[in-house]
Amino acid sequence: MMNSTNLLTIEGLSTEFRSSHKQWFPVVNRIDLQVTVGETLAVVGESGCGKSMLAHSILRLLPRRIARNAGGRVLLEGRDLLALSEDEMRGVRGKDISMIFQEPMTSLNPLMTVGQQIAESILEHEHCSVQVAARRTLDLMELVGIPEPRARFHQYPHHLSGGMRQRIVIAIALACRPKVLIADEPTTALDVTIQAQVLELIDKLKRELGMGVILITHDLGVVAEWAQRIMVMYAGRKVEEADAETFFTSPRHPYSRALLASVPRPNDVMNGVVKPLAEITGTVPPLDRLGGGCAFADRCTMGTDACRSNSPAFRLLTPSSGVACIHAGN
Amino acid sequence: MWSSRARYVLNRLIHGLPIIFAIVIANFFLIRLAPGDAAQVLAGEAGAASEEYMRQIRQQFGLDQPLYIQFISYMKNILMFDMGYSFRHGREVSSLIFERVGATALLMFASMVISVGVGVLLGALAAIKDRTILSNVIVIFSIVSYATPLFWVGLMLIIVFSIHLGWFPTSGIATVGSTMTGWQYALDIAHHLVLPAVTLSFFYMALYTRLMRASMLETLGLDFIKTARAKGLSDRKIVSRHALRNAILPVLTMAGVQVSSMLGGSVIIESVFGWPGLGLLAFESLFARDLNLLLGIFFLSSILVVVTNAIVDVVYTIVDPRIELKGKLAHG
Ligand SMILES: Nc1ncnc2c1ncn2[C@@H]1O[C@H](COP(=O)(O)OP(=O)(O)OP(=O)(O)O)[C@@H](O)[C@H]1O
Ligand code: SF4
Ligand SMILES: [Mg+2]
Repeated sequence: MMNSTNLLTIEGLSTEFRSSHKQWFPVVNRIDLQVTVGETLAVVGESGCGKSMLAHSILRLLPRRIARNAGGRVLLEGRDLLALSEDEMRGVRGKDISMIFQEPMTSLNPLMTVGQQIAESILEHEHCSVQVAARRTLDLMELVGIPEPRARFHQYPHHLSGGMRQRIVIAIALACRPKVLIADEPTTALDVTIQAQVLELIDKLKRELGMGVILITHDLGVVAEWAQRIMVMYAGRKVEEADAETFFTSPRHPYSRALLASVPRPNDVMNGVVKPLAEITGTVPPLDRLGGGCAFADRCTMGTDACRSNSPAFRLLTPSSGVACIHAGN
Repeated sequence: MWSSRARYVLNRLIHGLPIIFAIVIANFFLIRLAPGDAAQVLAGEAGAASEEYMRQIRQQFGLDQPLYIQFISYMKNILMFDMGYSFRHGREVSSLIFERVGATALLMFASMVISVGVGVLLGALAAIKDRTILSNVIVIFSIVSYATPLFWVGLMLIIVFSIHLGWFPTSGIATVGSTMTGWQYALDIAHHLVLPAVTLSFFYMALYTRLMRASMLETLGLDFIKTARAKGLSDRKIVSRHALRNAILPVLTMAGVQVSSMLGGSVIIESVFGWPGLGLLAFESLFARDLNLLLGIFFLSSILVVVTNAIVDVVYTIVDPRIELKGKLAHG
């Protein structure tokens, strides 16, 4: 899967959390992934499977008191971010890699004008005057589709709607033209029409700025529309990776299939076919009490005794896709 | 911007008027529930408790009138800031009070600034350095100060800093019999102000430290702090630009609420330090049953509280842009 235009290459990244019993347990477990220029990689999985933890681990945003790195490398154009000092890492955040968070309502400082919040990022990373930063802020606001940027510049977040706020958050993330954008469920809190606008915007900017995007979501409809590649996570691990088309036509992992079965198919909906939605029975097991075998075994319809004895390793099925299941793919 | 802020302040003050009147009315009746009247006290002190003498005094000050007549004339006068005559001091109540109100306002203002300033600083520090020795020391210090009675703190400060170290005067507002002027005089007052203000602010400082610590810990966990970190800001900038202002809001709210309680506390402080303010005056007039004076002090105190609350509100609108909107919405 190596590629000359690889922006971000993650190898065996593991992050551990501290449980209430002061024991360390993995929430991100030996993850490998690549993001190339102009590509959107979707990371999907149920709530609590470690998607946000993966994103936070890449930017090293987790508090050291409760989380620690447990191995791996995060290579941004060959430079290992995990080896950087905290000061060097600050130079990467918001500059080379930016992140958009889930909650537009709360991810802006209520006491600072939105213009200031965008300009702050520019001033932090680029040695330019306040005037230049202000002008670039106005440009950015225009870029992300905020009407009347001049008037909006001096407004506070509470003056703006959810969709507008998320555009501000995106403008902050894009302020320094990052190479990689991590969007952690950027539209979950927005209503459907705004969702589409925001995703459209991210996609447009990705192409214009030549970024790589990691799009975290549990909406497979969003994945189908905007992502070129998909990585499915379960209980902190990568259980399947494939290009979008392959994934939707022939998902390999039982968990992926279950996920797909639980989504109404656009074609069925349009043709008026009403099928009862399949639900994945059971829940994600608590990560601090994972046993040795496949984490999905309790919920898997294909599970056998062999699944419970050792954890299935991720294996490549084609040069660009693979699965972590001992029974899948043959 | 400023005109809307001015309108906001005016609005707050007008809203305070009914409160002031309610307090005035309540005070008037409450005080008359106490046994004995001024005539008895004066007569007792004069050593001549003859019926004749008492009747004379009562008549002179209108104490023989029915209660409602006394009340109506009192309210009438209050409207014109005429708070009557103190038979105890032989002077107009208003002139007595206006002579003293400055000292109390100064003491309150200084205590407010110290308690909010130090409380915010210590609380923020304790939150930023959470789970360190420093944080534990601050928490323990605030618990102890919270539980220590005001007068005891005052006496200890006097013993240590006035008597043993000789750094500060033990009482009064200025050096007696001095002829200082201008800056020298101001400095002299400031020098006298230190101990009483520190004492009065002690309890509130502890309160605000605890509040600020909790609020700061909460704020540091909010989403926009994560946004700030993802921008690549340093911890120092995250705290100073994003966390502090947000975390201060509950402290400001509390400070506004505490103004009246602080005024109550100043009665004790002024007695301990011989600070010639309203508190001391109230204390004296209470024992002398100097009704008019006491009512006047209460009246002015309620104005002081309403005005200070309005000031806190204004500070709040400057810190929190969301409030202005709420104010506007309330007026349609
Ligand atoms: N503050 C926390 N303290 C302890 N454990 C946590 C904390 N946050 C997350 N975890 C653990 O990390 C796991 C992964 O959480 P994460 O937030 O990455 O899930 P997610 O896939 O992003 O879910 P969602 O779709 O709900 O955002 C959780 O199952 C939980 O065990
Ligand atoms: S390894 Fe076994 S239990 Fe796990 S997903 Fe595959 S079949 Fe199911
Ligand atoms: Mg998440």
